[in-house]
Amino acid sequence: MLSETKTAETAGRKFVEKPATLASLRADIASGSVKSVDLAARYYDRIAAINPQLNVYLSLTQERALGQAAHIDALAAKGDPLPPLAGIPVGIKDVLVVKGAPATAGSKILQGYRPPYDATAVSKLEAAGALLLGKLNCDEFAMGSSNENSAYGPVHNPVDIDRVPGGSSGGSAAAVAANMAVATLGTDTGGSIRQPASFCGVVGVLPTYGRVSRYGLIAFASSLDRVGPFAANVRDAATLLGIIAGHDPKDATSSRVAVPDYAAESDKPVAGLRIGVPKEYFAEGLDPEVRAAIESGIATLEAAGCTIKPISLPTTRYAIPTYYLVATAEASANLARFDGVRYGYRSPSSETLNAMYSNSRDEGFGAEVKRRILLGTYALSAGYYDAYYLKAQKVRRLLADEFQRAFAEVDALVTPTSPMPAFKLGEKTGDPLAMYLADIYTVTASLAGICGVTVPCGNTAAGLPVGMQVLAAHFKEGTAFRVARAVETAHG
Amino acid sequence: MGNGSKVTVEDVERVAELAHLQLAAEETAGMVKDLNAILDYVAELDELDTTGVPPLAQVSELEGAGGAGSLRHDVIEPSLERAAVMPQAPETDNVFFKVPKVIER
Repeated sequence: MLSETKTAETAGRKFVEKPATLASLRADIASGSVKSVDLAARYYDRIAAINPQLNVYLSLTQERALGQAAHIDALAAKGDPLPPLAGIPVGIKDVLVVKGAPATAGSKILQGYRPPYDATAVSKLEAAGALLLGKLNCDEFAMGSSNENSAYGPVHNPVDIDRVPGGSSGGSAAAVAANMAVATLGTDTGGSIRQPASFCGVVGVLPTYGRVSRYGLIAFASSLDRVGPFAANVRDAATLLGIIAGHDPKDATSSRVAVPDYAAESDKPVAGLRIGVPKEYFAEGLDPEVRAAIESGIATLEAAGCTIKPISLPTTRYAIPTYYLVATAEASANLARFDGVRYGYRSPSSETLNAMYSNSRDEGFGAEVKRRILLGTYALSAGYYDAYYLKAQKVRRLLADEFQRAFAEVDALVTPTSPMPAFKLGEKTGDPLAMYLADIYTVTASLAGICGVTVPCGNTAAGLPVGMQVLAAHFKEGTAFRVARAVETAHG
Repeated sequence: MGNGSKVTVEDVERVAELAHLQLAAEETAGMVKDLNAILDYVAELDELDTTGVPPLAQVSELEGAGGAGSLRHDVIEPSLERAAVMPQAPETDNVFFKVPKVIER
């Protein structure tokens, strides 16, 4: 993946580039000063130039993007009203299906699969005028915290290509950080939007469970999976969420709660908001530079008129074991569908149906996916169900109740998104448990179903981005955006 | 949970069979080690008293009126065309999925 001269070529942050804002791009396209087809061509040129180093895109959907661009340009030329994302180039994590485009989920087992339909979040973006540039690399079936579990090679962090971009939505975060898309879609089951966004220095949104339809998302853990946007700034992330959110008859868990104007919500001042700081997120294991950056962000909120309230969420320490039991149990059931019969990879040499199932799955799945299927199957198997799966579901209730009590006292919680900045490629691959612990601050909100935003909040001395996680109660994304906006203004 | 109960090679082989995974011998050894490390760690949950706590499988109930709550009406709606779906199969005559023989002899 790397060129031989990479060290010389890649000194410094040469891949980092901030995309223009949605408002400025849309204004340029409406006025005709920028043609949507030219904008698409510029993005494809940049992708062709730097994707070999970063491995962000797995496939491109040029025909569809250019067709949409021509349609937008025709609207602009006639002076017709333009949709809200007219001509905006976006990328889609390769666990969301785009009709006719390869959908790999970062796995060999889906090789060759070209789904005959669009995910709801994808079709909503396109209906709003966005150009679908292509599909973004990710950990296999969204299982991972570093993007090193992709069957198609790791993504490199644009800030420092020897470091991971985070995971599992590593391609979605890196694409925005390197301006290979203006915005992207990712998915978050235990932190897979928030952690890579923080590692790459961009904004990532964990919507409330049920806020965005999961139709067309290749399922990992259905009670935890969320679809959400990445963008270069909070206001644009808020705009994008407003477009993809809402009830979908094709997803029975999608909510009928009205979708507010999130961008307008994000414009509101934060003075008077009560901000909780849970001490368990600042305990042993937190990198001192990350701590300092987050404490500085908290001081900014206080100066802006927020009331800062120290609180305690003592069940936090049980979140990782709870998460890895619940998520793997659900994964073991969801991934049973990959059997070499209806789509994707089939092992070529099997005498019987049963051998074909197990050979296809053995050859098609990577090590981490197998590990999680085994753990989940074990936790659900006779004799262990009560001790593991049922126990985890009870602790999940305790965690959720604890957040509900906290949100009776505060409007939002602020924490580090990750205990450490982006780590080196290969640093944690030998120890699955150490990799799981990287999710320590993100799995709690996943289990409770609440929403959150991660926003850049300064850098370490080595120039690595630090993200602040802002959590809010179910359907209070507007509050999370407001707080993130205030932090971004001072530290972004 | 825990109770010093260790995952054995036989446990991993049994679970792999349930999950339709055909593991190589060295893969099985690695999984035994990893599963034991992970299960030792999750044994921390035993410290928490969860007597009388109802399990939470799905958060929609916590979202109250905001949650999903209602299913669609039970009416037939068009689904994907067979002609669009069948060509995705590794082996098909475009009407049926073809698979190796089902019964071992």
